[in-house]
Formats: sequence, structure tokens, C-alpha cells
Amino acid sequence: MFRTALRNVSAHKARLLMTVLAVMLGVAFVSGTLVFTNSLSDALQKQSAKGFDHVDVAVTPRWKEGEGGKTGAYHELTRELVDASAAVPGAARAIGTVQGFTALADKDGKLIGDGFQSQGGNYWGAEDPRYPLVSGRAPKGEGEILIDSRTAERAGYEVGDTVRMSVDGPVLEPVVTGVFTTDDGNVAAGGSLTLFDTASAQKLFGKAGTFDEIAVEAKDGVSDTALRAQLEKALPSDAVETTTGTRLADDQAKAIASSMSGLKQGLLVFAGISLFVGTFIIANTFTMLVAQRTKELALMRAVGASRRQVTRSVLIEAFVVGTVAAVAGLVAGVGIGAGLRSLMGTMDAPMPDGPLVISPGTVGSAFVVGILVTMLAAWLPGRRAAKIPPVAAMSALHATATTKSLVLRNTLGALFSAAGVAVVLAATTMEGADGQAPMGLGAVLLIIGVFVLTPLLSRPLIAAVAPVLRVFGVSGKLARQNAVRNPRRTAATASALMIGLTLITGMTVMAGSLQKSIDKMAASAIEADYMVSMVNGRPLSSDVEKELKRADGVTATSPMRNAYAGVDGQDEYLTGVNGATIGELTDFPMAQGAFEVDGTRAVVDEDTAKSYGWKAGSVFTLVREDGAKRKLTVSGVYRANELVRGILVDTAVLDPHASEPADMMVMVKTADGTSDATKEALEKALGANPVITVQDKQDLSNEIAKMFTLILNMVYGLLAMAVIVAVLGVVNTLAMSVFERSQEIGMLRAIGLDRKGVKRMVRLESLVISLFGAVLGLGLGVFFGWAAGELVGSRMATYELVLPWGRMGLFLLLAAVVGVLAALWPARRAARLNMLQAIKAE
Amino acid sequence: MTTASLADRTTAVAARATELSKIYGQGETQVVALDRVSIAFQQAEFTAIMGPSGSGKSTLMHCVAGLDTFSSGSVRIGETELGSLKDKQLTRLRRDKIGFIFQAFNLLPTLSALENITLPMDIAGRKPDKEWLDTVIRMVGLSDRLSHRPSQLSGGQQQRVAVARALASRPDIIFGDEPTGNLDSRSGAEVLGFLRNSVRELGQTVVMVTHDPVAAAYADRVVFLADGRIVDEVHGPTADSVLDRMKRFDAKGRTS
Repeated sequence: MFRTALRNVSAHKARLLMTVLAVMLGVAFVSGTLVFTNSLSDALQKQSAKGFDHVDVAVTPRWKEGEGGKTGAYHELTRELVDASAAVPGAARAIGTVQGFTALADKDGKLIGDGFQSQGGNYWGAEDPRYPLVSGRAPKGEGEILIDSRTAERAGYEVGDTVRMSVDGPVLEPVVTGVFTTDDGNVAAGGSLTLFDTASAQKLFGKAGTFDEIAVEAKDGVSDTALRAQLEKALPSDAVETTTGTRLADDQAKAIASSMSGLKQGLLVFAGISLFVGTFIIANTFTMLVAQRTKELALMRAVGASRRQVTRSVLIEAFVVGTVAAVAGLVAGVGIGAGLRSLMGTMDAPMPDGPLVISPGTVGSAFVVGILVTMLAAWLPGRRAAKIPPVAAMSALHATATTKSLVLRNTLGALFSAAGVAVVLAATTMEGADGQAPMGLGAVLLIIGVFVLTPLLSRPLIAAVAPVLRVFGVSGKLARQNAVRNPRRTAATASALMIGLTLITGMTVMAGSLQKSIDKMAASAIEADYMVSMVNGRPLSSDVEKELKRADGVTATSPMRNAYAGVDGQDEYLTGVNGATIGELTDFPMAQGAFEVDGTRAVVDEDTAKSYGWKAGSVFTLVREDGAKRKLTVSGVYRANELVRGILVDTAVLDPHASEPADMMVMVKTADGTSDATKEALEKALGANPVITVQDKQDLSNEIAKMFTLILNMVYGLLAMAVIVAVLGVVNTLAMSVFERSQEIGMLRAIGLDRKGVKRMVRLESLVISLFGAVLGLGLGVFFGWAAGELVGSRMATYELVLPWGRMGLFLLLAAVVGVLAALWPARRAARLNMLQAIKAE
Repeated sequence: MTTASLADRTTAVAARATELSKIYGQGETQVVALDRVSIAFQQAEFTAIMGPSGSGKSTLMHCVAGLDTFSSGSVRIGETELGSLKDKQLTRLRRDKIGFIFQAFNLLPTLSALENITLPMDIAGRKPDKEWLDTVIRMVGLSDRLSHRPSQLSGGQQQRVAVARALASRPDIIFGDEPTGNLDSRSGAEVLGFLRNSVRELGQTVVMVTHDPVAAAYADRVVFLADGRIVDEVHGPTADSVLDRMKRFDAKGRTS
């Protein structure tokens, strides 16, 4: 049996090509994901381990619980503790470190990097072993800094240059006194590192006299644990914690691995979709192969092969195909992994260097996935093969495997679809998160239902395009009839395309609708002309608002200040605003009461009101950071929006009782409204700071649009693989059909259909199948997009369904193009067919 | 069978092959399928081509019908010389001037009987001549089967559809490749009867390749091929005379 199966595989190499390709792509996606994420994870772990070269034991402060209702804080790591650490017998050196956000501008005044990896720190003493200097000398005072060599090279800075930089607001213009090299992971990943002398760093980062961590290096021959024991004894254990460097490196490696697993799982979901689509092609191919070999299989049965042996022979074939595809996919996957790494390297996200990691797990999953998927998909055709009666060997005609009634199938499909639609509809009436699980279940049911129903749907839907096809004469007519000739095959081919397009359309509808509603919310809720914030979402210094207030033409400002306080014994995040001006700057739709914020009144959003059982007029007690209490009245309840949530109080209620004010945003109203001149004036008032952005509503809306476009493009890219696999399926089906109908095509050629006509016939069939799949996908996608929107929309006052007609038209057009392209090769084959051989072959 | 009726016919030539050769391969492995064959098919004449397997009878028909290329010589359908035609022109010629009936029924399973009959005209984008179509359909007796699919028809009925298809576009000449090869004798006789009637009553020209003496007896003339050459010709054949002639071949074949 094994030999027969092998012979069959090698005899049908060309016909199995598309199947192998489809499985290969899926496997390549899986193994590419594994290779890429493993390599990245490995490189990052090695990188981070380097960062602990000079840390044998790290001393960090412990959390000090607040007393008497006060909010807690960390113990302070003072200079004395650093000296005490250095004084233990096993310590070679102890360095106190401070870190903070530090943005550098390039020569054009633009921020270097994206702002998320712009770090600052302290250079310890006269010579810091962590940061070997390439040139220059150690910095002294706030006017001098060191920069890392990668950043220096990127921005073209040299020792002696004056640079613009900012920590949390004001712009500084220090001189570069030196350039250093570092293994810092952040820098390796494209960030910048700026160093000050220790006192300046402490002052700039708002940590005067204290350190974030003490890094203690052991003397030669002293182990980490021994040093740690010494430190434990020497330092006050209630104030500090000690951890060995090895432990820190391990923890970080684990953190990296777990953060990487999110990415890995995300990618694997998309790989899974591609593989799922691939199963349709595998099943189709084996069904066709079995149908073509009916006589042969019947002969085997006639000469004594058991049913099980017949099934097994089909499965062995699948096994061989799966193995070949898995090997090819693994090789391609390693290539993809390597390619992705260098691709990200050329873009603005340099990757840490490291070897490609091809773990046994990767190899194993490639084989398991490739072989299992192929064999599972071939199982049904294998069962069907076993049912061929031995007598079929004697009959002159192919036993038609497709005459089996579709009644059972249609009934099942209708039940699934109806249940799916019902569950999805029921889910749309539910509240937010409660509806997610039923909606997912309904979606799965509906997709299965529609898939099962596609053979039934194919006839009316394809008949609907008949008038268009009639334009193409006989070729069009024959194409339409060929497309519905084998409904199961057409259905499986179109379904493969349908799945990809359903997801793509659904995502597009949702993203478009969400973007529109956030846009609308911003337009209606914001009255301010400008919003000032940090590029990377970090808090602004409260100086920024002061500077803005002083700027020419500014009539009103209010911060959006993050703070937290105790409410009913729980820690609650609050937003501090300027109660006197906030009414001019925002216009939130109110559910109850009025929008009044001052020393005694606050407003809350609906969710918060619900969870505390408040309504307009309720009174609650706020326990602030230092433990001081204040009674506040809820003046109104506002509708939730994307800008602010939770409790809004006046900054005057918080400020005297808080440690560091952290403004997430400052809203500004100007006398002249928005204009380029006003914007420039505001930027100037802030000292043309590279990290602070001044945005009007349009900028905000553009930024939102950019974010959605980025997400959508990523999703499109990932789903493209599933679509490519589906296209292979179309090629496969057509090639098989051309092969099966070669006699007919030969006859058509003989009685006068020219090559062009034959080509057109195959192309139109492909077009019809592709468009059929696309229309189903678009329909389902819009339905799911709408349903998901109903679910989300219940939480968003401004939600509105936006149907991206342009995009949908484009998808349809793309499906048409894909259909024509998929037919290129089969159509050529059909046109080149030798008439005489085709006619004689019987 | 009645040689007298032949005299009434015009003697215009529907198709003619002159010095036609078809050679496969080169050098040692060279096979001569047709060796300088010259033959003319008169209008409104029913010709049967016979010969043992490998005699070149099918090749001759394929070459004359524009289905296959030839090595040298010339083939004319009416006034058109085939040798100089490109595939596209050849296809058009087959579509407009030639009708085909094959051994395997060669109908499109997705089309109804009527659609199969009008297929060549559909391909050409021509409207069928309604009156003529009715005549043809009546003649082959398919009036009540027109909306049936090929799978719903018997073998004989299917071949009658093929005959109607060949006749419907009023081609200059119809070629049949073993048209009764797959039929039982009664259905075969029916189909051959229609072919002969089309020649007698409609003035159609028919050329048919066959190995069945009974089938050949329906023709006006039987041409015998052996080893790529025309070796004999019988006018007004009967099944017995053809069988007789064939026996002589066999005998010759065995002795030589």
C-alpha cells in the first residue's frame, strides 16, 4: 500500500503542487513566527544580561505604607546608603543610579527617536565603569552632558556641540563634553541615552539627594550571594531590598519571554487562519484525486484491498504531501524569520544582534502542523474513497461522487446560520463586555453555517451575474455553468477566499466606525483650541501650564492632571482640572445634573457613578495623598468618552496635598482660535521644546486616523497570507477542472472555439468563483462589523456605523484581479491543450 | 447503394487533399502516417474511409478537417488552402465550414440537447436559421428531447444530438470519426441513416472514418487506406463487398 501511495504522489506531482504550496505557506508562517520571536527573545535576553555586567547585587528601596490615611511612598536611597554599601568587605564598588526620561533634539530641533526610548541617567564620579568614554570627559553641572555613540553618530553631534534637550518641560541647552559606548538594551533598540553628573541628574529627575538603585560590584572571588548576605547585614532591612544580578537578569529574561509570547500568539493566530484556509484546498485536491482515480481504486478493491487499506493509501499520500510541505515550509519559515529581522533592522527599529534561533520545538511544530493539517483535511476524501464499490472498476463512466443529495447539508447549514445570526443579534443587545463571548460564538456558528450552505448559495448568486457574463458569449455562458457544475468544489474554493475577506472587511468596518466616532467625540466634546502634551504620553511639568498661561493671546487654560486619592476606602484615579476654565474648554454631554467643578463640587462619569451608586447631589469624602480629607458633592454625571473618564475635581482640591503634579495634557483656549501663527506662538512660548506637541482638533483627528491606519495595515498584511493561500486554492481548482474537462475543451476547440475563447472561459470561471467568495466575505464582514459596533457602540455616545464603500469596492476589485491572475496558468494550459489527444483520451 | 442517383449531383469538390504527407519523428524513428495521398470529396457525397489500424485513416481525416497539421502537400476546403492558415483562422474555418461527429459522444454535459446543437453557432455569435434547425431536429427525431441534458439521454440519442449539431450550422463538409463505434447496432443504424439522409435530402457532404463494413455500406463510396496510401476505392458498396475487400487486405497483410 505504501508503495502505491508513493507512486501516486509522484505520478500526480503537478496536481499536488498547489496543495504542497498551500500547506507550505501555512507552515512557513508558523515556523517563521517561531524563529523570529525566539531569535528576538534570545537576543534581547543576551542584551539585557549584558546590562547586569556591573551589577552583582542591586539594592532597591522598599515601599513604605502611608500612616494615618496618607498614601505610601518609597524609602529614600541616600548617599549614606551608597557609601554603606561600598563599605562592606566584599564590595569592590557601589554606584548609585538615577534614571529618567530625557529627550534630545537633532540639529533641526526634532526629537531623536520616537520618544519612548529616550533615556537619561547619571555618570558616576570621575570615571564610570558602566560607560567607557570614547572621547571627551565627564560632565560637570547642568550645562554639560554625555551622549551615547550611536546617537552621536545618528545626529551628527561631536564633543563641544551645544544640543537642545528636555526632561519634562523646560528646554535646556547643554554642551556635549563626551561620547560613551554602552550595551544598554534601550540604545541597542534605537533609543538614546544622555548622562549628567549625579547631582544634576537627581535634580532634573526630581529626586534630589536620592537614587533609584544602588549597583554593587563584588570583589574578585566574592560570590553574588556572599556579597548579598553582607549587604543585608549592613543595610537597614526595612528600608531596602537586595537582589543578585543573576536573579535580576533571570527575572528580566522571563519578562522579555512573556512579553514576546504575546506577539508570538498574535502571529500564530494569523498563521492558524492561513492553515485553516489551506485545509479547504487540501480537502478539495484529495476529493478530486479520488474522483479521478475511482476506477483505479475500485480495481484495488476488486482485487482484494479492504476499505481500510484504501483509506490508508489516501492518508499515506497525505502524509507524504504533508512531510514535503513541512520541510519546504520550515526552510521558508527560517528564511522569513531571518528576513523579518533584517527588514526591521532597515526600518527604524534596529534589532539587537544575535544568532537565528531554530529550536527543536520550531522544527517539531513545523512537522506536526504540516503533516497533521494535511492528513486531517484528507481524511474525509479518504473515507469517501473507501466507499467506492469494486463494481465501479467495470463501469465505463466515472462514478460521479458528487450526485449525493445536498438536502442534509443544506438543512444543517440553515440551522447553523440561523442559530449564528440569532446569537449574534442577541449579543448586540447586551452590555459591552457581557456580549463578547456570545458574539464570538455566534460569529463562529454563522461562518460554519454559511460555509456549509455555500453549495446552495452558489447557484442563485452565480446566476445573478449571468447577464454580465452573457456579454462574453459562449465563453461566459460555459464559464457560469462550469462554476456551478460541482457546487461542493466551487463552495470549498470560494469559502477559502470568503474567510480572509470576512475578517478583512469586518476589521475595516469596525476600524472605520470607531475612528469616525472618536473623531466626532473629539469634535463635540473639546472646545479648546489646542491641546499640549508630551510626545510619548508622559506627564508634563506643571511649569508648562504656567508658561502657556503667560503666552500672548491665551484666554483660558486647564491641565488634565493625574492624581489619586482614597474614595470609600479604595484608591481611585482622579483627574484634576481648573474648575474655573474647564467649562470653556470642554463640552461633555451630561447624563444628569450640571457640569460644575470647584472646591466643593466634582463631576463623575456614568461607570464610576454606577459603581459607587452616586447620582447628582451625592456627597463623598476624598482622602488625599497626605491624608487630608475633603467632602465633595457630585454636581453632575457625564457620559463616558475617550478623552477623560472617572472623577473630575478642581486642582485646588488636590495640589497642596500632592507630591508631584503630573499633567497629562494642558488644554488651551486662545483669543484668535486656531491658526498657524497661534500655534507657532504657543510653541515658542514653550521654548520650541522637542518633546512637547501642540495639537489642534484636526491634528488630534489626524493622529487618531494614523493610528487606525497603522493597525489596519498590519492586520491586512497578516491576513494577506490567508488570501494568498485561498488564491492558490483557486488556481488548484481551475487546474484540476481543466484537467478533468480536457476532452470537452478539445471538442470545443474542434468545433470552432478559438484559443482566446477557451482562455476566456477559464478566466471567467475563475472570476465568478473569486467574486462569489468575495461577495460572501464582504456580506459576512459587514454583518460582523455592524454587530461588533452595536456592542461597542452601547458604550460610546457618538458611535456610528461607517460602511467603507470605497474600500469594499476595492476589495471586490482585488478579488476580481486575483481571480484573473489565478486563472493565468490554468487558462494557458487549457488553450494549449492538444485537441486530438484530448478528444481521443477516453 | 443506388449509383444512379450520383449522376444527378453536381461534381463540385467540397474538400481535396493533394500529395498529402504526414511524417512523425525523424531519421531512424521516422514514421510515415500519410504518404502522398491525393483524394477529392465531391459535394453531396457520402464517403467512408476504411483500413486496418495504423493505416492512416484517422490521420487523413484529421488533416483534411484542419484538426492536425501535415508535413507536405496541400488540403483545400472549398477554395481555402489549409496549409497557410494560422491556428485562429483554422479554428474559424472549422467553426464555419466543418461539422464534426466523434466516437465518444462529446457533448457538453452542462448544456441541454438544444444548446449543444446550436453550440457552434453560439460560438460564432450567429443566430441559427430557425427553419433549418427545425428540419434537422425533426430529421433526427429529437423534438421532444430538446431540454434534456446529455446524461438524461441514451447513447444513441446523444449521438443523434451530435449529428444534429454537425448539420445545424450547414457546414460545407461533415467529418465523422467512428461515429457509431460506441453504439449498439440499432442505434448505429439510426445514426447512419440520418447521415445518409442528410446527403440525399439536404445535399450535405459527409466523410466518415470507420472499421465497420456495415457502416461503410451506407456510404456512396468507400476508400481503402493501408500504410498511409490509398489502395482501393469502391463505389456503391454493400456490406458484403466491403467485407470481401477487407478480407483480401488481411490475406495480403498476412502473406506479405
